Amino acid sequence: MMPAVLIEKLQKRYGSVEAVKDVSLKVEAGEIFGLLGPNGAGKTTTLRCLCTLAAPDAGTIEVSGISVVNNPRQARQRLGYIAQEVALDKVLTGRELLELQAALYHLPNAAAKQRIADTIALLGLEDWADKRTGTYSGGLKKRLDLAAGLLHQPDVLVLDEPTVGLDIESRSTVWNFLRQLREAGTSVLITSHYLEEIDVLADRVAIIDRGTVIASGTPSDLKDQVGGDRITLRIREFSPMDEAEHAKSLLESLPTVQEVIINAAQGNSLNLVVAPNSDALVGVQQALQTAGLPTFGIAQARPSLDDVYLTATGRTLLDADLAAAGNRDLKTEKKQNMR
Amino acid sequence: MSRTITPAKTDLAEPRRLDLPQSNLVADVVQETLALTRRLFIQLQRRPSTLAAGIIQPLMWLVLFGALFQNAPQGLFGDRVSYGQFLGAGVIVFTAFGGALNAGLPIMFDREFGFLNRLLVAPLASRFSIVMASAIFITTLSLIQTAAIVGMSAVLGAGLPSVFGLALVAFIVLLLVLAVTGLSLGLAFALPGHIELIAVIFVTNLPLLFASTALVPLSFMPRWLQVVATLNPLSYAIEPIRYVYLHSDWSFSSTIMQAPWGTVSLGGALLILVGFCVVALSSIQPLLRRRLA
Repeated sequence: MMPAVLIEKLQKRYGSVEAVKDVSLKVEAGEIFGLLGPNGAGKTTTLRCLCTLAAPDAGTIEVSGISVVNNPRQARQRLGYIAQEVALDKVLTGRELLELQAALYHLPNAAAKQRIADTIALLGLEDWADKRTGTYSGGLKKRLDLAAGLLHQPDVLVLDEPTVGLDIESRSTVWNFLRQLREAGTSVLITSHYLEEIDVLADRVAIIDRGTVIASGTPSDLKDQVGGDRITLRIREFSPMDEAEHAKSLLESLPTVQEVIINAAQGNSLNLVVAPNSDALVGVQQALQTAGLPTFGIAQARPSLDDVYLTATGRTLLDADLAAAGNRDLKTEKKQNMR
Repeated sequence: MSRTITPAKTDLAEPRRLDLPQSNLVADVVQETLALTRRLFIQLQRRPSTLAAGIIQPLMWLVLFGALFQNAPQGLFGDRVSYGQFLGAGVIVFTAFGGALNAGLPIMFDREFGFLNRLLVAPLASRFSIVMASAIFITTLSLIQTAAIVGMSAVLGAGLPSVFGLALVAFIVLLLVLAVTGLSLGLAFALPGHIELIAVIFVTNLPLLFASTALVPLSFMPRWLQVVATLNPLSYAIEPIRYVYLHSDWSFSSTIMQAPWGTVSLGGALLILVGFCVVALSSIQPLLRRRLA
């Protein structure tokens, strides 16, 4: 079966900034594909190239086998794009926006009317469709935006950070809705810098860092490849460095412990990589007791997608996100996004 | 999002896509242009203050400027012509010009708020539909304003041209509005933001008014300003309208302006306006093509 989206060796630079260096990914028909990475990793730029809002410098992009560069109009007809910022005309009602949207996608008038009514029902917007979008809450706006993106029944729905800024309830509504879409056969490409969002939602994931895909596969495969379980240990709420280092050397000598890292950002807590499914936890607790060290908190977990990212880049997604937030030039970015 | 969305499976599993019937390009362009124009008119209908201001302002120009020069010696602005009669043409052109100059603002805001992206990811048959919708909207607005000014001038005693005269007035307004709207839309895509666009509008609007024959005849001006005013396209819209207002026996060969470099006939002024329109619209083509490619 033809992939819904095929991106190969995509490159895009803005001036001196290489926003996307080397991105390849394949979204199979009927799956939810997650593009995970910290802010500024090149996720949005990749989507903008896919949705014909930016011209790629190099590489191939196809939607259902159609090149977005050579046949942009046909590709646009098959794509639904939900931008991160919901841009609605606050003077129009939801229905009027959908009517505009239907005309822009050239739905025949009679079909459009029915389709608009169906889409409004699908997203539970009946009570709001004839009110101006300026009166909508954030969650409602997102729902209308989803309706607008789905109106023409695209092959692929592309969502850029769809749950940023939404409350928890709205977030799970969006998640459930995307799952239902998948079951009905629509392919979904979603970006996020939320680990759990990609973990619970995506069938397959590509992790992107500084414009390059550094890992891809199913979330569980990626986590298995990293190997080992993780133990997070806090000796005290805030441990002095020498105590943490003392514990580190103590624990490294245990046979089940593969690696120990001191996390200075978390009050010198210790992150341990241990043999999977072992009784490492018990061994660690015994070793601490024998050495007369207290335990403030200890937990064992399977590796997360963050550990995948950490292994590939040497930093956690959260740290990368914070660093990127400090380095961002929002004015320049806004300019790039304007046409 | 207070309610849970639970679509029936069948809703989603409908035929995969409403496939494009092999519709023709012209029908698609018409469909999308009408839809985009409709949006602008819905905005106008729900926020009518711009239109109200756009009608009240020129009427105040007529009353206030008319009063300002009320006691000027008879004959100063031409034989048996009061300043009120003289002024009407200037106000019509200036109002249409101002409106057209602002045409780029909605597009600029659409760019800034990301609404334009919504239009650009859609499979438009031609992205020029976006520009055409703005032009249709502004042109309609200008003709409404012109009608209001013509009516008010008549009430204030400036008289009313014949039907052909009125048609000519409408045609001149149309040419000017198309040209200036084009330039403004071009600026909306060339400039970085609405602050810059408003600044350009600000420094263009009044100087072009004062450097034209809108408020005083060419003969009042020093030589250098005469040169400037006869290079100003606005003068070529004002003078024919004024002539039609003041002379019921107008024809295309009537002399309407004594420029420093020769006489200008009514037909000649129209040709210059057409030329201005063609130059303006073609000068923005490369830019629009690049931005909307």
